[in-house]
Amino acid sequence: MPTGRTLFEKIWEDHVIESPGEQTLLYIDLHLVHEVTSPQAFESLRLNGRGVRRPERTLATADHNVPTDPISTPVSDPVSRRQLEALEENCEEFGITVFPRGHENQGIVHVIGPELGVTQPGMTIVCGDSHTSTHGAFGALAFGIGTSEVEHVLATQTLPQQKAKSMAVTLEGSVRPGVSAKDIALAIVSTLGTGGGAGHVIEYRGDAIRDLSMEGRMTVCNMSIEAGARAGLVAVDDTTIEYLRSRPSVPKGDEFETAAARWRTFVSDEDATFETEILLRAEDIVPSITWGTNPAQVVSLDGVIPSPDEMDDPDEKATTERSLAYMGLTPGTPVRSIPIDVVFIGSCTNSRIEDLRAAASLAQGRQVAEGVRALVVPGSHRVKRQAEAEGLDQVFLDAGFEWREPGCSMCLGMNPDQLGAEMRCASTSNRNFEGRQGRGGRTHLVSPAVAAASAVMGRFASPEELS
Amino acid sequence: MKPVRVVEGRAVPLERSDVDTDQIIPSDWLKRVERTGFGRGLFSEWRDDPGFVLNRPNFVGASILIAGPRFGIGSSREHAVWALMDYGFEAIIAPSFGDIFVNNSSKQGLVIVVLTLTDVEELMALINADPTQLVVVDVDQQRVEVPEAGFQRHFEIDPMTRERLLNGWDDISLTLLRESAIADFESTEEAPSLKGIFDDAGHVR
Repeated sequence: MPTGRTLFEKIWEDHVIESPGEQTLLYIDLHLVHEVTSPQAFESLRLNGRGVRRPERTLATADHNVPTDPISTPVSDPVSRRQLEALEENCEEFGITVFPRGHENQGIVHVIGPELGVTQPGMTIVCGDSHTSTHGAFGALAFGIGTSEVEHVLATQTLPQQKAKSMAVTLEGSVRPGVSAKDIALAIVSTLGTGGGAGHVIEYRGDAIRDLSMEGRMTVCNMSIEAGARAGLVAVDDTTIEYLRSRPSVPKGDEFETAAARWRTFVSDEDATFETEILLRAEDIVPSITWGTNPAQVVSLDGVIPSPDEMDDPDEKATTERSLAYMGLTPGTPVRSIPIDVVFIGSCTNSRIEDLRAAASLAQGRQVAEGVRALVVPGSHRVKRQAEAEGLDQVFLDAGFEWREPGCSMCLGMNPDQLGAEMRCASTSNRNFEGRQGRGGRTHLVSPAVAAASAVMGRFASPEELS
Repeated sequence: MKPVRVVEGRAVPLERSDVDTDQIIPSDWLKRVERTGFGRGLFSEWRDDPGFVLNRPNFVGASILIAGPRFGIGSSREHAVWALMDYGFEAIIAPSFGDIFVNNSSKQGLVIVVLTLTDVEELMALINADPTQLVVVDVDQQRVEVPEAGFQRHFEIDPMTRERLLNGWDDISLTLLRESAIADFESTEEAPSLKGIFDDAGHVR
């Protein structure tokens, strides 16, 4: 009996070149490139006398290590500067479009793909970055790869792949007011754990996902990797189509309508079945924060720091003890009593216009607490210009936030935006690993609204506390 | 990559779970454009601690790392694999791994061995009792052994990865043999390309 296909299966089957044995040779429609995971791949192409097969399916931007100081300031770190120059030289040599630091289209690779309309439904998209899962919000199969695979895609426009299993994560009902896409993402990671999605492509389903804007869906898909999944997907609907309409890289006029009609087929069939199904009640999701050193260590913003004594599993107990020691936290401490040093609003998780609007609405007419450094790093120059057109930059500056140039910035601290040892940060990014934002730094993952409220209060705070 | 049939050597137990790739090689090391020299950055946030297991004299020169669940989760950085191999590790044994890390390892010839949590704990206990014991990871026979202790376990490995390890095959050469199939596919592919969208300076036309 024929059964329906999942969205994942549709995209997969559309891109199979050959399937000898267990490995499939999969065609890649779009390859996004940045300065950090590509130089060794280009170097290896040169050493082997190979070219880039489809430069017109490849797009490069500087993002990971760019300073967020004014563009007129030179890159002071010679190692970073060399890497940024190498990206430009490699793209020039191999005929790839590149957006260097300061270019009008430059920004975080997972922000610019969607905003330029380069990311489109039904595509296969790869990038040497684990947060490539972000693009799945458009019903595209998008996943992160390593440098050897970057080289493979450059040379062949294909990847040998084993087909992942399919997982449905369904959010039944609607979220309560004040619950953001970031809270949904944290709830999912907390439910699945850091390894729960391993070997799977997750499709996010249900009313609470349908209700999200494209920005919100990108936030949820972005953190699929934090649950161990290679990719996240959301089916195409009106929200997807309306976001893409009039983006620079999509077809115009009647051709757009033809493309949109095709894009609308990128949904799971009603009778499709998934190998794993997870159900969450959307109304149970609350504003949340991570307390530890992996992104599944989540607690309600209204909660307290957990105790190792509550854990039965010896491994979890040991992990909790280690995390508490690193984070400098005492079990039982109310989250909203913990003072902070730094606030970071940015990253491929939360640096889009909607995120900046949410933060600015709370910063409006208020002041960052004394002793707190608060950075706002827009995801791209396009986001930055849009925010400036709306006057958000002035709102942030008046409130005492720094308004910086686009890039990955303090999410991973490759550029000068880093935490010092034992500094505590409310961060809208995606990883709270030890040392992620700077050696000895202490990261707590939160939504843009919670980050902004916390900046004002000087401690973790909920937006309601400001009203 | 070099063929790998058997890895033999001493092993070091890293008794932690969720060792992510930021821990394996911090981002500060990712600015380099070379593929070598990452061994000095391996676990660099922990290496200052004299009690850290890699700093214990017994474990210097080990070629097999035994770790807790979910080793190599997080960032896609292949630099993590380069760092482990540059330091001298040739095989990693753990109950589970990050997916991208496993892919990256297979491209470089770093052998990934999944054993049950119980077996990993038993192996760690054996090594802790006598760090000088020889551990053998046999890719061909899909077997982990500690001959002196009589420890022997079978492990699963995907057949294609096993073949590639045993033969030292280069993926790109293999794929390029399928050129005509790729070209046929491209002649029917519907997805739009970036052709004509940006000018030479990267501005939208």
